[in-house]
Amino acid sequence: MAENILTPEEIIKTGELVFKKTKLMTDANLSYCPGCGHGVAHRITMEVIEELGLEEQTIGIAPVGCSVLAYEFMNIDMQEAAHGRAPAVATGIKRVYPNKTVFTYQGDGDLAAIGTAETIHACNRGENITIIFINNGIYGMTGGQMAPTTLPGMKSSTSPYGRDVHTMGYPLKITELIAMLPGTSYVTRQAVHKPGLVRKAKKAIKKAFELQMENKGTSFVEIVSNCNSGWKMTPVESNEWLDKNMLDYYPLGDLKG
Amino acid sequence: MEEVKLMKGNEAVAEAAIRAGVDAYFGYPITPQSEVIEYLMAEEPHKRTGMVVLQAESELAAINMVYGAAACGKKVMTSSSSPGFSLKQEGISYMAGAELPCVIVDVVRGGPGLGTIQPSQADYFQVVKGGGHGDYNLIVLAPATVQEMADFIELAFELAFKYRNPAVILSDGVIGQMMEKVILPTQKERLSDEEVDKLYKSWATTGKKNGRERNIITSLELVPERQEAHNHHLQAKYKKITENEIRFETFNCEDADYLLVAYGSSARICQKTIQLARAKGIKVGLLRPITLWPYPSEAVNKLADQVKGILAVEMSAGQMVEDVRLAVNGKVKVEHYGRFGGMVHSPDEVLDALETKIIGG
Repeated sequence: MAENILTPEEIIKTGELVFKKTKLMTDANLSYCPGCGHGVAHRITMEVIEELGLEEQTIGIAPVGCSVLAYEFMNIDMQEAAHGRAPAVATGIKRVYPNKTVFTYQGDGDLAAIGTAETIHACNRGENITIIFINNGIYGMTGGQMAPTTLPGMKSSTSPYGRDVHTMGYPLKITELIAMLPGTSYVTRQAVHKPGLVRKAKKAIKKAFELQMENKGTSFVEIVSNCNSGWKMTPVESNEWLDKNMLDYYPLGDLKG
Repeated sequence: MEEVKLMKGNEAVAEAAIRAGVDAYFGYPITPQSEVIEYLMAEEPHKRTGMVVLQAESELAAINMVYGAAACGKKVMTSSSSPGFSLKQEGISYMAGAELPCVIVDVVRGGPGLGTIQPSQADYFQVVKGGGHGDYNLIVLAPATVQEMADFIELAFELAFKYRNPAVILSDGVIGQMMEKVILPTQKERLSDEEVDKLYKSWATTGKKNGRERNIITSLELVPERQEAHNHHLQAKYKKITENEIRFETFNCEDADYLLVAYGSSARICQKTIQLARAKGIKVGLLRPITLWPYPSEAVNKLADQVKGILAVEMSAGQMVEDVRLAVNGKVKVEHYGRFGGMVHSPDEVLDALETKIIGG
């Protein structure tokens, strides 16, 4: 049997290459569940950094949450921040290295619950950083608890009968709040569950980094994503559910800039 | 020619930071140490040295700004007072875990809770014994004069970078607010970005360039065997610090029958107590720890062989006294005395306590 196994060179013949993994993603196995949007969001972020030639001057910050290990996958200098504090950590870096490129990669619990103050104030100071915000409406890593962005009626392990807005509050549209702040240059909401949307999201991320390099203030990209494990669905079901339910509450498109 | 000025302790900290070539200060105002950030803002150190000063939205944000900049190899500091230091504990634990150098000044006020804005030494436990989660130690320096507030800035950074560990200057509302003559340190140049890249290329996250491996700053290690190994590495480092960095001084101990142990402003008060006691014929000496961690345990233990009793004097309900008792290990009687909750003891009150709790007790 062994002699029938094709080598990578035999599979990838020159001239037939239609896709190449960016060198700014490591070869480490992704810790994300199959079907999760994080992998795509990581890839397009790192592709943008490579395409803009920012590899040697970029410092990324991983959050606490499912993407806590982002530094294992993103092949650049990285820091791991305490839960919610990434925008403050990014501020510290950018203030001592104003010419470097600095970005945070944060989930909804990290950015819109425990780190709300750090998020709002970094954006309000107009820190020249880029924030990539993954909103999947749930706490994935800790096992599917309610997030600040969990939809009304949506079930989670801490809202097992559905989110009751009268006792648990409303889903927080933090991106709309961020768009109101004069310190921000570009605020947009994207998604990555369809090929066309991935291309659009990548364009948005590229614009965000370009604005940072022009010292225009904070650039902020929300990516509405799925959590098939936390939502207890198959990957396909979760993408369909996202498309049908999440986008009404979190409409895609540019909010500013 | 040396520059001599009359300054508050908090102002001395700020001026010494500029002169030490500090790259950035991130802070949040709190009494009784707001003069640090006020002085820095008024002085505009970006014009003098290029130093960054930023008022954060909270102590939490300030310490995490320190984390980010320190992880890039820069010389970074913050300052606060007790309730603010409690808030910084999360970031301090992360910095200890990630082995990041930085300097934190704590100008202690009375607690618990919002407490009072008056001086206290009741942060000993939360600064010297950790306070944040996990097994870690901070290098802790205790200034007793405005001069030391200035001098310890550079010393704290030296130790912080030597061991890649946060260092704390544990002061109090007396030292922070009082004015004294201070000989200012000479101006040091800030390191250039190129020098930082060269000196700290093995760990600083300044962008993956010149073909070097990428650097990652993290305190996370999910594999328990590796986390244990990292903890062993930290413990070995703490042992090395304990072997090499203990600092203390003694007064009138040569012929002492009784010993006072006190740090910071309490040590100043105890020096007057010694005069009063000796005028009455009581031979008293003082040991002043300058490093509270590592603690001068051996020096205290040796003096316990000589004296009949020891009084630990601190503006708390009795915190450092635990380290004195551990050092003495039952050889002689050890008692605590101190006013607390924002009250400052007088030299007479300390002498009364010595006479009643140790000599007559």
